[in-house]
Amino acid sequence: MLTIEEKHQIDHEIGLVPSPKNACIEALKIVQQSHGWVSDESLQDVAEYVGMSTAELDSVATFYNLIFRRPVGRHVILLCDSISCYVMGYEGIREQLYEKLNIQYGQTTADGRFTLLPNCCLGTCDRAPALMIDNDLYRNLTVEQLDEILSKYT
Amino acid sequence: MEKPLTQHIVPGRKPLNLKEYEKVGGYESVRKALKMTPAEVQTLVKDSNLKGRGGAGFNTGLKWSFVPMGPEAATPKYLVANADEMEPGTFKDRVLLEGNPHQLIEGMIVAAYAIQASISYVFLRWAYKLAAQEITQAIYEAKEAGYLGRNILGSGFDLEMHLHTGVGRYMCGEETALLNALEGKRANPRAKPPFPQVSGLFGKPTIVNNVETLCNLPHIVNNGVGWFKSLSKSPDAGTKLYGVSGRVKTPGCWELPMGVTIRELLEEHAGGMQDGYLFKGLLPGGASTDFLVEEHLDVPMDFGSIQAAGSRMGTGTMIIMDDQTCPVGFTLNLQHFFAQESCGFCTPCREGLPWVEKILLAIDKGEGKPEHLLSLDFHTKYLGPGNTFCALAPGAMEPLQSALKYFREDFERHIHEHHCPWSKSKAWQPSI
Ligand SMILES: Cc1cc2nc3c(=O)[nH]c(=O)nc-3n(C[C@H](O)[C@H](O)[C@H](O)COP(=O)(O)O)c2cc1C
Ligand code: SF4
Ligand code: FES
Repeated sequence: MLTIEEKHQIDHEIGLVPSPKNACIEALKIVQQSHGWVSDESLQDVAEYVGMSTAELDSVATFYNLIFRRPVGRHVILLCDSISCYVMGYEGIREQLYEKLNIQYGQTTADGRFTLLPNCCLGTCDRAPALMIDNDLYRNLTVEQLDEILSKYT
Repeated sequence: MEKPLTQHIVPGRKPLNLKEYEKVGGYESVRKALKMTPAEVQTLVKDSNLKGRGGAGFNTGLKWSFVPMGPEAATPKYLVANADEMEPGTFKDRVLLEGNPHQLIEGMIVAAYAIQASISYVFLRWAYKLAAQEITQAIYEAKEAGYLGRNILGSGFDLEMHLHTGVGRYMCGEETALLNALEGKRANPRAKPPFPQVSGLFGKPTIVNNVETLCNLPHIVNNGVGWFKSLSKSPDAGTKLYGVSGRVKTPGCWELPMGVTIRELLEEHAGGMQDGYLFKGLLPGGASTDFLVEEHLDVPMDFGSIQAAGSRMGTGTMIIMDDQTCPVGFTLNLQHFFAQESCGFCTPCREGLPWVEKILLAIDKGEGKPEHLLSLDFHTKYLGPGNTFCALAPGAMEPLQSALKYFREDFERHIHEHHCPWSKSKAWQPSI
């Protein structure tokens, strides 16, 4: 069930576009904001609310890299795996993250703290390698910094 | 040396707020433009020879001139600032978005007035969190001050502006795919014609312009065509935000006259190669441009010169390949990106790019065969211009074809020696 607050936010987005369907990505973002991801149930609720079939909405949802259709941890780590970060050695960072978190790309730590995902260029190539955790960007990364960075997220 | 776009940007400091921006002449161009006719603004921009900074380099005023004008034209018309910036190696618009959001808004008002658009969007990529905050605040301030909304400065011109954050897909930067994304659909590109200028967002006339393109407009309106041309060292007018990343001493982004040489960027601004690394090649303007090598270092960075040298200026942000980075691994990383970001709409790209990635992976791992090079050559032709629905696949082929041209020996060595001569690329793993 969509909450009153979610409906209120979605209504606002619907007000800006010719048809409720046109607000479907915004609606998915709103639901993801409150739950962390978009479950089948949420997808159904949103589809109904904006007047789409669930299949149609799912085809939109799964197109985009940052709409999560599977549960994620409390914090999502997006590690840049694009070219400048490659040249500057992001692979060392990836190996350390694998080891420290005991997970690989696409997985969530056993305690539900982190999900690790590869991400294309974060747009900070002059300060590569780079990663983002939630809303925080870390640049000019070295493996030595990782413990301190990770410790900020509980 | 004048730096109109970045003159008020101080790294690490908050951008100018509305009051501060007005004090340094902010929004003067809006007052000025609103006293001109839309046609006069279009002509001014066309005559300035401002070429789009999103990659293709098309004359901005000329692009606008295809929008239907006059009382018969469909309404509402739309203006969209393309702030998706997901091409690997590209990071210039971020500087403008985070550093001076009011400049973008001012440029958008000028552009919207010139085409008589009444609704505008900033299409911002999801990862630019700081930019999202700054733009939200700046739109609010501009609206409070009467630069946005109804009857702007008493001129009778109305303009709404909204911030839209994307949900992560390189295709959203392609202008027709961006319109689909804004309409709440998959970001597949649309067939042209009709061109967006005639039938774009929600079927209405729409202009999509790059952030840097739009940020130039206030200065052109304030200072005129002669001034704008005088900023440049080349036939392409104005300044350009150039960037350098890779193993250089001081990577970064700088506003310089259009047409500085690659050597000047690399040696003077980026400080040359880091100790222990030698220059091997570069992509002049993002992941979808052809490699240039040593012999091209004195080529000026402008649209015409870079094209004559066999590449594209693209976004003007160069990526340097050093001698310790494997050219096969470098190319593989790029093709992995393109294969992953292909929207899957047309078969050559959907099927071809993963195939290219697979072959490169085999070569990189030492499992390459001589006929693989032939297959890669074929792909550069079959995925090249004219064979796919949009420019993503041809863009992907640019670094591949030029890598095969300039670094062929390195590819052949992998195949003959059955391993990668550079230890670094052994850690390459295709991600999920
Ligand atoms: C796959 C693809 C991605 C693109 N990404 C961007 C982008 O992130 N930003 C941008 O301004 N232009 C991008 N472009 C170019 C746009 O389609 C369009 O040409 C540009 O926004 C027009 O603005 P301009 O005329 O001001 O240069 C991309 C093109 C393609 C084919
Ligand atoms: S070339 Fe690739 S990205 Fe472009 S439409 Fe075809 S499949 Fe989609
Ligand atoms: S390549 Fe990693 S931030 Fe651009």
